[in-house]
This record gives sequence, structure tokens and C-alpha cells, in this order.
Amino acid sequence: MHLTNTADTTVHAHQHTQTQPEVGVKSSKGTKPLRNPCNLCQSVRAILKRPKTGQQLCKECFYHVFETEIHNTIVDNKLFKKGDRVAIGASGGKDSTVLAYVMKLLNDRYNYGLDLVLLSIDEGITGYRDDSLETVKRNRDQYQIPLLIISYKDLYGWSMDDIVKEIGRKNNCTFCGVFRRQALDRGAIMLNVDHIVTGHNADDIAETVLMNILRGDLPRLQRCTSIITNDTSDDASGIETSKILRSKPFKYTYEKEIVMYAYFKKLDYFSTECIYSPNAYRGYARVFLKELEAIRRTAIVDIIHSGEALSASVQANESTKLPTMTNCTRCGYISSNELCKACLLLEGLNKGLPQLGIGHTTKIRRIHEAAANVAEGLSLSSTSLLSPTTALSGNGAESATVVTAVASSSTSSTLEERGKTVTHIKDLARLETMPSLQTTS
Amino acid sequence: MATKDTLQIELQFSGGMELLFDNQKTIQADVPAFFPIVTKDTDTNQQERHAATIRDLIAWTSIELLKERPELFIGDDGSVRAGILVLINGADWELEGELEYELQDKDEIVFISTLHGG
Ligand SMILES: [Zn+2]
Ligand SMILES: [Zn+2]
Repeated sequence: MHLTNTADTTVHAHQHTQTQPEVGVKSSKGTKPLRNPCNLCQSVRAILKRPKTGQQLCKECFYHVFETEIHNTIVDNKLFKKGDRVAIGASGGKDSTVLAYVMKLLNDRYNYGLDLVLLSIDEGITGYRDDSLETVKRNRDQYQIPLLIISYKDLYGWSMDDIVKEIGRKNNCTFCGVFRRQALDRGAIMLNVDHIVTGHNADDIAETVLMNILRGDLPRLQRCTSIITNDTSDDASGIETSKILRSKPFKYTYEKEIVMYAYFKKLDYFSTECIYSPNAYRGYARVFLKELEAIRRTAIVDIIHSGEALSASVQANESTKLPTMTNCTRCGYISSNELCKACLLLEGLNKGLPQLGIGHTTKIRRIHEAAANVAEGLSLSSTSLLSPTTALSGNGAESATVVTAVASSSTSSTLEERGKTVTHIKDLARLETMPSLQTTS
Repeated sequence: MATKDTLQIELQFSGGMELLFDNQKTIQADVPAFFPIVTKDTDTNQQERHAATIRDLIAWTSIELLKERPELFIGDDGSVRAGILVLINGADWELEGELEYELQDKDEIVFISTLHGG
């Protein structure tokens, strides 16, 4: 049973809890006649013009509409089931801070029955992540949601500071992106959650659609437009996936409204760009979109729709040649190759050949063949995230890999065993001593 | 017309915007109440003036107060860079006339960057 929309979600003027009149602009100037009345309640001064509709709203009506739309997105897309344990990917930034606040609020208001936890990744970037993690810790206390922090250093033996020292600033985002995705999954396994929600908003998604179209990256185009992903079937070019659901409750929420919501609610968030990632490409896409939006109000939603339409047609064409998903022979993470991308990158780092794993697939394939020999003796994985039946669906050409995967798969995938799939760590004992849930101190 | 030559304006910066202003989140600024109207006859000593607007405030702020990377604050069109939200006395500037809003003494203007990672 999915959560159903039991509450009355019609957007309407509601009781204002604060009776203090916001009618006059400033008390020091005396009361002015009500200018810009709210389009919904008509009785209070509007403080926001909605980017989506052009509607002007007062503070309370804005809160109501903002929260209700996210609730509707959650319900309409059947994102959760009652009793789900859900990790909120928390960076301390505006989107995930508002997400944590709103998830908590909606869970209480509509009785979703979700067990919420915060999951943060510590990339090990001094002066950036250490500060933003302090924000997450405050959010943990403010919202009373338990927090788990997982560090690259513990998982992979390398912090981003270490990696940048080794490889310089070029390509460091590749490492960070691959490592973060796996780290989130591994954190989710440790927390025994069913589902990870992230704060990607409509503007982010439109940017990503644009970037993926410009790069011709159709598999990623598909992933970035889905509101919920869990399947391995949409992987056509080595993007690693897991069995843990991921969703984006802010898919239709505009960045402007998220920032305004955080501002008016005085939510505590951290706002400094990553020192290693000026990310010029995304920056251009972002400014371009903002400028488009100034001319054409619906630009953001139009681009998301284009992305969805394109990925639907890609899916139709590619459905016959899905790659066989197997498990990384070294760490057990789900992968379309013998070594998952993180292990490949780590191997490069540990051998002092950081170019390994960066670049085109054909090149990676060749390296894989060489790496496979090394990997043979090193397979530590006892279980897989992939069920044996899924692994067995591979075709003949992939049979060697499938056998490996099945051989290393245990039939009963208990939680303790699933936890053990975290084998990037050189010293497994460290995992056992990793901070378990940090509850309110 | 106003008798004062300057307006007392409270400027607030958040969402990372403060990083461009020496990490100051609030600045009490005395902003000229009038700005010259730029005409082709730059020689004329007797320049026409107009009451200060947000457009003037943005230009003035970027010259007088901004410490670094002006391109992250002001756009080519003299507005704020796309993605910066502006509030005038607690309300979205889109409801207040945006660039053409005429500044009043004691106004509170907030600039919030949305461009930093979330
Ligand atoms: Zn209202
Ligand atoms: Zn691996």
C-alpha cells in the first residue's frame, strides 16, 4: 500500500496564525493601504511572486502552497510506503536543509509513517565540508533526526584533499562523483534504509538535462529526469546503480522558492561553493537557464519535459540491448564491468596512475582486462546487492562474469552480511568502529 | 522632494552573497538620494538628477562596497546577476518594480545568492 492522499490538499486561504498585521510595509512609516494583496487570501501583503505561475502570495499562503505541492509530488508518484526507512542525503546546503525540514514536517502532518535519518558524506575537504557538516549536525539537533556521517577516508582510504594533492584539480570531480554515489549507497546499507531522498530541484534537473543533451549522454539524461530510480535496467553505459531507491521530492520545486522558503523560515544552511569545483560547465548551463527563464517563464519545466520525452524514446529504442549487471569482483558493488568505477579509480590512485578510469569506455575496457587479472586474487565480496536471479539473467557472452557473481553471492542476504559488502576499506575492522547513528548529543 | 542628500539603506547579504562583501551580512549604507541622468551632453555642468532606484543602488554597491568578483554580483545589463534574489522591505522585488523601484530612507534591501551548491 502506498501512501494515499488523505488530507485535503486544495490550495486555499487558511487561518493565519500570526495576527500581527503585515499590511503596513514598516511600522515606522505608518500604515499604508494594502498594496500587492495575496492572490489567495486577499487579506495580507504578498511577499513572493511564484516563478511557476506568476501568482503573488503572502508568507503563510506561500508556505502552505510550497509544502502542499511537495506532498502532492510524494503522493502522486507513490514515492514511499508506510513504514519505509528513508535517508535524507544531507549536505548542509539550502536544498537538503529545506528537504530535511519539509520531510519532517510532512511526515508529521500527513502521518507518512516514515522513519527518517540524515546521511552525510564527508569528502574530506578542509574549509568546505568540515564547515557544512557542522550545519548538518545543527540540523540533526534542530529537527531531531538521527545522523550518520560517512567519510571517503574511511571508505576508500583517500580524502578529497589527499586525492587533489595526488592528481591536482583536474578530474577531481570525477572521483568525487563516483565516490559519493557509492558512499551514499553504502551509508544507506549501514543504516538499513529502503530509500534515499536528495534535494535536487527543478532548476538543477533542468541544468543537468541541458548538460547531458550537450554531451550526448542519453543514459544520464534518463536518470536525471526520473523522479525515482532503483532499477538496473536503465544503465546503458556503466553508470552504477543499486537496489536502493532514490528519489527527488523537489523535482518540480523551483530553486527560487526553496531559497525564499529557507530565508523566511530562517533555516540554518551553509552556502559556500566547493573549493575544488568551480564547475564552469554547470555554471554556464545555470546562467543560461536563468536568462532563458527571464524571457520565458516556463523554460525550466519545458526543459525537464523535453528531457523526459527524449529519455522515453531512448528507452524504447534501447530496450533490446540492456547491459548485464553484475557485481564488482573486488568490492561487490553492483557494476556493469568486472571492476566497479570506484575500484578502478582507487586502483589508479593506489598505483599512482590516477588517469585509470577517466576517459572513454573503450579505454576503460582495456584497462579492465588487465585489472581483472589483478582482481582475481583479491575478491573479498561475500554477498551481492544484486540477487542471484538477476545476475543469472545475463546472456552467454557474459557468463564468466555471471558465474563469478553467483559464486560470490550468498543465498541469504542478511543485513549483517550486506553490511560487509563495504570492502573498499583496507582495514575492515575500521568499518565496525565507524560512528553508528549519532543521535542528539 | 526629499531634503536629504543621502538615504540610509540597510543592505543584507546571504546565501553566499556575503562572501563578496568581506563576509559582512549587514551593511548600513548612506546611499546618494539622487543620481545624475546620463545624457550625451556630458559637458553640461548642470546635470539632471533622478531619485535613486534599485538600479542605481546595484551599481553604487558594486563600486563602493563590493570587495571581489563583481561579475558574480552585477550583470551586463546593470541588474544583479541571474540567480540572485532581491527583497525590498521583506518582499520579492518582482512585486515592487524591480530595477525601477525608488529607494526610500530606511529601506531594507536583501540580496540572496542561489548559485551556491545545495
Ligand atoms: Zn495569503
Ligand atoms: Zn568495486
